[in-house]
Formats: sequence, structure tokens, C-alpha cells
Amino acid sequence: MFKLVKRLTSLVAMFAVLFAFSTETMAAKKSKTLENTKKRGFVRCGVSQGLPGFSNADESGNWTGIDVDVCRAVAAATLGDATKVKFTPLSAKERFTALTSGEIDILSRNTTWTLSRDADIGLTFVGVNFYDGQGFMVRKGSGIKSTSEFKNGTSVCTNLGTTTELNMRDFFDSRGISYEPVVFEKADEVVAAYDAGRCDTYTTDKSGLAAQRTKLSAPDDHVVLPETISKEPLGPVVRQGDSVWEDIVRWSLNTMIEAEEYGVNSSNADMMKTSNNPAIKRLVGAEGELGAAFGLDNDWNLRIIKQVGNYGESYKRNIADTGILPDRGPNELWTKGGILYVPPAR
Amino acid sequence: MNNIIKKFLPQILAILFVVLIFGFLTINAQTNMDNRGIDFGFGFLSQESSFDVQFSLIEYSGSDSYARAFLVGLLNTLLVSFISIIFCTILGVIIGVARLSSNYLIKNSAAWYVEFFRNIPLLLQIFFWYYAALRALPLPEKANAWFGVTYMTVKGYYIPAMVWENLNIFLYCGLAAIISIIILRNYANNLRDNKGKQIPVLLYSFAILIILPLLSFLIGGVSLEFELPQLKKLSKISYIYEGGISLPPELIALVLALSLYTSTFVAECVRAGIEGVSKGQKEAAASVGLTPNQVLKLVIMPQALRIIIPPTTNQYLNLTKNSSLAAAIAYPDLVLVFAGTALMQTGKAIEIVSITMLTYLTISLTIAAIMNWYNKKIEIKEK
Repeated sequence: MFKLVKRLTSLVAMFAVLFAFSTETMAAKKSKTLENTKKRGFVRCGVSQGLPGFSNADESGNWTGIDVDVCRAVAAATLGDATKVKFTPLSAKERFTALTSGEIDILSRNTTWTLSRDADIGLTFVGVNFYDGQGFMVRKGSGIKSTSEFKNGTSVCTNLGTTTELNMRDFFDSRGISYEPVVFEKADEVVAAYDAGRCDTYTTDKSGLAAQRTKLSAPDDHVVLPETISKEPLGPVVRQGDSVWEDIVRWSLNTMIEAEEYGVNSSNADMMKTSNNPAIKRLVGAEGELGAAFGLDNDWNLRIIKQVGNYGESYKRNIADTGILPDRGPNELWTKGGILYVPPAR
Repeated sequence: MNNIIKKFLPQILAILFVVLIFGFLTINAQTNMDNRGIDFGFGFLSQESSFDVQFSLIEYSGSDSYARAFLVGLLNTLLVSFISIIFCTILGVIIGVARLSSNYLIKNSAAWYVEFFRNIPLLLQIFFWYYAALRALPLPEKANAWFGVTYMTVKGYYIPAMVWENLNIFLYCGLAAIISIIILRNYANNLRDNKGKQIPVLLYSFAILIILPLLSFLIGGVSLEFELPQLKKLSKISYIYEGGISLPPELIALVLALSLYTSTFVAECVRAGIEGVSKGQKEAAASVGLTPNQVLKLVIMPQALRIIIPPTTNQYLNLTKNSSLAAAIAYPDLVLVFAGTALMQTGKAIEIVSITMLTYLTISLTIAAIMNWYNKKIEIKEK
């Protein structure tokens, strides 16, 4: 009898401890993610399973791409070393759960910013690093020159769990065309299905089409149709609830874009410390105390520019020079006719 | 007093433990979701889904609700499970009996079949059928007609559709035929038990089954026409068949893989069942003058079935759960449509995953209940 009572009390005590623990860890602290990242020594970043130009791993496991560079910039700012990033390849279906469950801290995976994603599922979009739109790819031999030539019964291959699935329904419904959606979880499976003739057309973001075209057995036999059927602003995402971390990621991206605007790049960043322009001096940490706002030192933005480069360098290295989309289109600075425009860093 | 405590305290503690664990998990999830600004609720089920599904048994479009999208996925899961269960049973029984054949060739090919398909992981088999076998099929315009009117292509298998007139009359006739066969069988059983007279029930049953529906065609105004698949041009180089029914390659690959894989297990169940009936039974039955057919039908099978049913039920349950591998090859089953697309579009991970889990549980328990009922029905009635 006595033994049982003893056992019972220890059980209750165990639960008390468990509960105390959980309420303690749940209390939202301001920069918990930053603290954990520093403790861990690397940034946990979710990327795609392989999209050339955006996030793609080579044979030796080195990740490159403009989405990858956003995570590298955050690592340079917070840890001082752009290589201290652990990349987790995620399918479109897995990506948000991985972020909300705390498996990764930044999702930089050609993800479209939409109202419901931003407001409804515990995510916050911090900006846009690529302005895109959905398009269609068809076989050249089909003679199709425009989306208006699609006929009833067209089969369409695409990715599961994307805005693409919704846009294509809007598109075909509004034109009264019946179609057969064939949706795969992995981008490679979509490409293979389209290549084998399972589908008449392949639809996704135009940048994605351009990148995936290189994986087809005969890339030159395929053509991306001119129409763009949706707005797809792609950008990095963080978990809701840690506004300091959110700001760090946002301003890491903004720093890259602003650096291009002011002509600061990885090779001239150190020299710019003595610039006459206060805006440039702020960008390379020679003036002001901008880093203090996030609990970072004053060289955080200089490290981003030196180690990762500005947005223009990143674009050239990953997207233009690889032949994916040599023409920057809307992803040109606002001063050069594009729509890249970020708030001033001051 | 002490005894009562000893008797009940452990049980109360156990219950308390379970309640506390669940309570803790719920509160933990709740707090974390609150912190991250995620709402919990099932209201999304009535919202417009705004995505399309490749293949559906019921009318469905993007303007329907998520609840209907769930139903579409569920029906697709049930469809692929149902077809595969039928195929794997037929194949399993044939292979199982073949393994007991005295013919060396039949016996060994059956054994090879079982060992081969049983020992390759199911997912690989699905990939094989989908990515290797069905992807190698010709494009629609190059396909040769099978049986003159069906076309096996990389885009799917196109078969003629049946266009009925007065289908309900035909169905009533079919129903009437089945009812009359049941009455006939009861009558024949009574006749045999009471007067010792045998009538050829099987022959009469076939006759009824053919004559009644035939009559519906001749005098009931029922007519059946076939709508053949016609090649249609989509662009200069792409074609599709229109009219008729199209079975998508995803469905075919899944049915093939599931039936071939599960049939090996069913075959082993069948073999075990038949071998489990002692030889003496067979010899005794033969010695009272029963024909070999009667021995199988009246003595061996009733006893073998009692051994076969419970493990076969397990295989049916496995098959149904395995059908969720459909998501790997774009067959729009419950997992792909609901736990895939719908989950992504709503972000309601906890709600959707719990609904999906409960659904599979319900399907499995229902199959188990049906098989248990059948098992009860055929077990030895102790008098």
C-alpha cells in the first residue's frame, strides 16, 4: 500500500516536471531561433530537391542557386561564415510542415507568396528574390504557338502541392477546356512523365520550365509558350512568431539587392568602407549601428556582400551564366527598368 | 479494503496514465500551434477546393468542397483496392492450387512465381510497372488495337463504353435471377435432406442467369450499344482517344503491382488451407463413393476455408493499406488528393492527417468485420 502511494507520487512528480518544462520552452522568446542557430553553429535551410539555378546540388553535395544564396547570406550575417548552412532538400508537399514543425529555420525553395500561405498556416514571407509567372512547355513539333490552341482532353503534368495546381484549374476552367491533370510529388518524376509522352504539356513557373528543360532527353525539341498565366513572386519564408529572425532573413536578402543598387560587390566591398556616400558606408558597416537592431555585430552586411556577393552577382552566377534565363526581365533593379525595389537600409 | 485497492489501483493508475499522456500531447500541440498562429478546425472541409483531380468516380470540379475532394480520393482508394482484391484472390487461388498439382512443370512454375513476386518490395514493383513497363507503350496514334476495339497507350488503356437504354429493367431482371437462384437452392437442399432426391442446381442456375436478362433484351426494351474510342487530334503531333472509357496508366500499374504481389500471399494461404485438411478426410470421402469433385466441394473446401479465411483477411487489409503507395505514381487516391494536395492548399496538417488515418482505420475494420462474419458463417457448427 505504502509502496503504491510512493509510486503514485513519483509519477505525479514526473508529470509536473514534464509540464513545467513544456510551458517554459513554449513561452515565446524574442530571438530563440538566432540563439539556437548560434549554439548549433549552422543555419538550417530547406531547399528544393534539385532545381538548377535556384537550389541544386552537384556530385560532391555542394549546393548552389539564388535560393541557396539567401541562406548563405543569413549564415554569413549570423555566424560569420557563409558555408555554415545545413541544406534539407524538401518536396513541395513537405516544405511547410518542415518549417512549422521546426525542422528547418528558413525555407528558401522557390515558394510563391500568397495570402493564404502568409496568413493562414503559421508562415511569414520575408520578401521576393525572384519574380516569376506560370507558363506551359510543349513539344516544338506540335505546332502549338499559344495557350489558346489547347484542345479538350489535353493532359497536363505538374507538381503536387503547388500554386500551379490551382492556377491551371483557373486557367482551363475560365476557358472551358477539359483537361487531365497528372500530378507527381517530385519534379524529376514530372519531367520524366512529360518526356515519355504521358502528357501533352508541362506547366510550372517559367523559371522552373527553363531550368527543367535542360533535364529533358532532347531539350531543343521543346518550347515554352509565351503566355504567363499567373503572378508567382518567389521568396524565402520563416516560421511565424520570431520577428527578430524574420527581420534578419528579410534584411539579409535586402542587403544583397541594395548592394547591387549601390554598385557594391564582393570584390570592392572592403574598399567601399571609405566611400563618400553614407548609404554605401552603412551597407558595409562603416557607419551606423544597423546590426545592433537584430543583436548582430556591425559587419553583418559586409560579410554578406563579401562572402555571397550582391544580388546581381548571384543572379549572374546561378541563372544567367548557366543559360537558364540570361535575360533578367522583371528581376532587374527598379533603376534599370525591372521591379526589384527594397526599402532603404538605414 | 487492502484487497480492493490492490485490485483497482493499478487499473486506475493505468487509465490516469493514458489520459495524462493524451492530455499532455493535446495541450502541447495546442500551445505550439497557438504560438505559431495556426488555427485548428474542420471548417475548411466546406470551402471550395479550387483544384482538379485527374480521375474521379463521381462528378467533381474545382468549385466543389474539400469534403467532396476527400470523397473523390476515398472512392479512388476503394476502387483500386476492390479491383486488386478480386484479381489477387482469383490469381491466388489458381496459383495456390497449382502449387499442389502433381504435374512437375505446373507445380514448380507456381512456386517460382510465388518466390519471385513475394520477395521484391512492393514499391519497386509499382515503379517497375509504371516507369518501365507502361512508359514503354506506344503513343495513342501508334497504338495497335487489342481485340479490335481497345487501345493500350502510354496515356492509358482505352476501352469501349457501354451505352444502355433502360438499364434499370436489366438490373431488375438480374436481381430477379439471383433471388430465384437462391430460392431454387433452398428448395433443392430441402428436397435432398427430406426426400434424398438430387436435382442439377448448377445447370438450372446458369439457365436462369442467362434466360432472365436475355428476356429483358427481347421484350423489356433494354438495348446496349458500345461507344468506341475514336482517335482525336490535339495538335500536329499529339493525339488522344475520345469516347469510350479511359483507364489511366497509374491505375493499371497500381492494380498490376498490388494484385501480383498480394496474390503470392493469398496463394500460400490457400495452399496452407488445403494441406491443413488431413489426408484421412479425403480417403474417407472417396471410400463412401463421392466423386473427386464432390470430395473437393463437400469435404476438403469447407474445412480448408476455415484455415484460409483469417490469414487472407490480413492480406486484404495489407493490400488496402498498401494502396496508399499510389501517391508515388500520381494515382489520385486518398493520400495523394487529400493528404497531399488538400493538405498543401489548406495547411491543416493535423486535421487532414487524422481524418486520413481514421479513414484507413475504418476501411480496415470494415473489411475485417465482413471477413469475420464470413468466417463465422463457415465455421463448424457444434450441435
